[in-house]
Amino acid sequence: MSVTRRSVLKGMAAAAATSVTGVPKALARERKKPPAGAVGMLYDATRCIGCKACMVKCKEANNLPPDPGGKMGAIYDAPDDLTGYTKNVIKLYREGDKISYMKAQCMHCVDPACVSVCMIGAFKKDKQGIVSYDPGMCVGCRYCMMACPFNVPKYQWDVAFPKIVKCEMCRERLAEGKLPACVEACPREAVIFGKLENLKADARKRLAAEPGRYFPKVYGETDGGGTQVLYLSAAGIPFEKLGLPDIGDQPLPELSETLQHAVYQGFVAPVVLYGALGLVIYRNRKRQSSEEEGDK
Amino acid sequence: MNSHFRPVGGPILTGTFLVSAAVFLVSVLILIWRFIAGLGPTTAMNDLYPWGIWITYDVVVGTALACGGYAVALLCYVLNKGKYHHLIRPAILTSALGYSLAGVSVIIDLGRYWNVWKVPLLWNWNRNSILLEVAICIMTYVVVLWIELAPAFIEKWEEDAPWQWLRKLSLKIHPWLNKILIPLLALGILLPTMHQSSLGSMMLIAMHKLHKLWHTPMLPLLFLLSCIVMGYAAVVFETALADKVFKLPRETKLLAPLSIAMVVVLFAFLVVRMGDLALRGRLGLIFRFDFYSFMFLLEIALFVIPAVLLMFRRFRYNPGVEFMCAMMMMTAGLLYRFDAFLVGFKPAPNSAYFPSIPEMFVTLGLVGFEVMAYLFIVKLFPILGGATHAAPRTGLGGVSVPASGG
Repeated sequence: MSVTRRSVLKGMAAAAATSVTGVPKALARERKKPPAGAVGMLYDATRCIGCKACMVKCKEANNLPPDPGGKMGAIYDAPDDLTGYTKNVIKLYREGDKISYMKAQCMHCVDPACVSVCMIGAFKKDKQGIVSYDPGMCVGCRYCMMACPFNVPKYQWDVAFPKIVKCEMCRERLAEGKLPACVEACPREAVIFGKLENLKADARKRLAAEPGRYFPKVYGETDGGGTQVLYLSAAGIPFEKLGLPDIGDQPLPELSETLQHAVYQGFVAPVVLYGALGLVIYRNRKRQSSEEEGDK
Repeated sequence: MNSHFRPVGGPILTGTFLVSAAVFLVSVLILIWRFIAGLGPTTAMNDLYPWGIWITYDVVVGTALACGGYAVALLCYVLNKGKYHHLIRPAILTSALGYSLAGVSVIIDLGRYWNVWKVPLLWNWNRNSILLEVAICIMTYVVVLWIELAPAFIEKWEEDAPWQWLRKLSLKIHPWLNKILIPLLALGILLPTMHQSSLGSMMLIAMHKLHKLWHTPMLPLLFLLSCIVMGYAAVVFETALADKVFKLPRETKLLAPLSIAMVVVLFAFLVVRMGDLALRGRLGLIFRFDFYSFMFLLEIALFVIPAVLLMFRRFRYNPGVEFMCAMMMMTAGLLYRFDAFLVGFKPAPNSAYFPSIPEMFVTLGLVGFEVMAYLFIVKLFPILGGATHAAPRTGLGGVSVPASGG
């Protein structure tokens, strides 16, 4: 028997089934590692005094206007979160007598969701692992904002010709041999810049040296497949309280890319389905026209 | 194609047409504002809810309701139910309109729309991006749909074209169209299979933001099944309305045997939906009786009721029940997709989104445009089957939206 309606339906069902269940292990994509020259940042919440010097310097370096945030009147730069004009913000967490500052910025994920979803590569991960943004390739679909587990990419809602805005680790300054603006500005070395490997070792050393001072975890070592911006929090203050969600160790693009590539591997399934559909339609039409002739 | 399709005729400027035109004009004014002031002042979208109803309704729901062409093509050409052939043109028309307007809606929603021409360029593609696949498929499918519909225009222009060159062109194109028909029809089935499932895959990445009742690796399969249900239901809905408005002989009896196919698809959806929750130990979430479990139960009820009703022959052949079932199936799919894209989407504890009035008006305006285009085309071109040239009602009486979403 050649192709029948049944075989096409079976084929469609099989394609659908593989798309959702039996994704062979072999097809699962490999876990990504940070690139060899990976750089990063380490923010130690116990060292931060909330002076916001980093915010001022960040705006200056990135040429971003003040963001009044609406609550303090129009004359202050007082954003209460990352916005389309704020790539770096210091937040305050307070519950009872527990107080902590928190520096929100792009995490520069090892396997970033924004890079995975971006249609024509406005988001890219460079040699140092910095997740960069190219407005020339951005259509403003905002899928990156849907995808990012940290809600980092922001959009300029109030203008006719907007951009997506997020921290790019001052890659222009790095190219000139300077430090990222926030790191340079910090008077307490609460945020430091360096090779990712060194930062990880440094963070672990701090945890080991003063276990009573810290919450016992380096956020970003493995979270969401790892990030290149690492966090230390004060004892008794879990990272969720600071706005860093518990997202497990699985990189976000793993599920979606594995499923998608399993179905569309080499574009075989769509081509086979297309051919089968064409054949069935052709046969059916031929049968139908011969029946019609028979009627006459 | 020797067709029994006829233009229904009658005056163009009816009450329905004018009301739709008024709504559309208001939305055009809002759109001018949107392109000058940006999305912030005109919509309720925000940094935590970057996608609002323009994506969720006009694209995610709208294209599914516009899957009538897909559902009927599957039945007619693959399952070889040739006797439903007369349903194909109205179904393709609503699909073409629905998908085209989804495309328009995307452009309205895009922040940096002037870069959109870079998307179809092969060398720019990020092959990991599910949205890219959806975008390319939808762009191609819009073209396929209008070519599939072209015979309706060509048949008319061969006899009576406003310009002589149009007539000549039509005569020239017609044989060529017949030649490419089969590859085109196959493409018309392949593309929705691909992008409707991928619309579901788009939410896979939102693992931690989408409620556990909706986030599942089954999203693509559930979206595929739901679009078939919604597309078919939209055809039943539209056929019943068109028959009533244009006083055509009732098609409902003809549609009834098809409903049994929908019972199969509805139960397939329910088995996958519930089986998945059970296998992954998430059934408990249904019985928390919070907002999410309420939305889930409502959604499931709207799938279960038509599935059960349509199992009975006497209900399938009852036009009233069938129409009601079609409405429920459309609502069920609509709710499922809204839940998966907006209601179940909680990116941060204090985040919220509810569409603004101008935002809703734009969506209404696009539906209004669709109604206008539908009425205009079916009156002038051979789309509907077995029509008598009865004078259509003027005014608003009983005339409602025969369209399929935005």
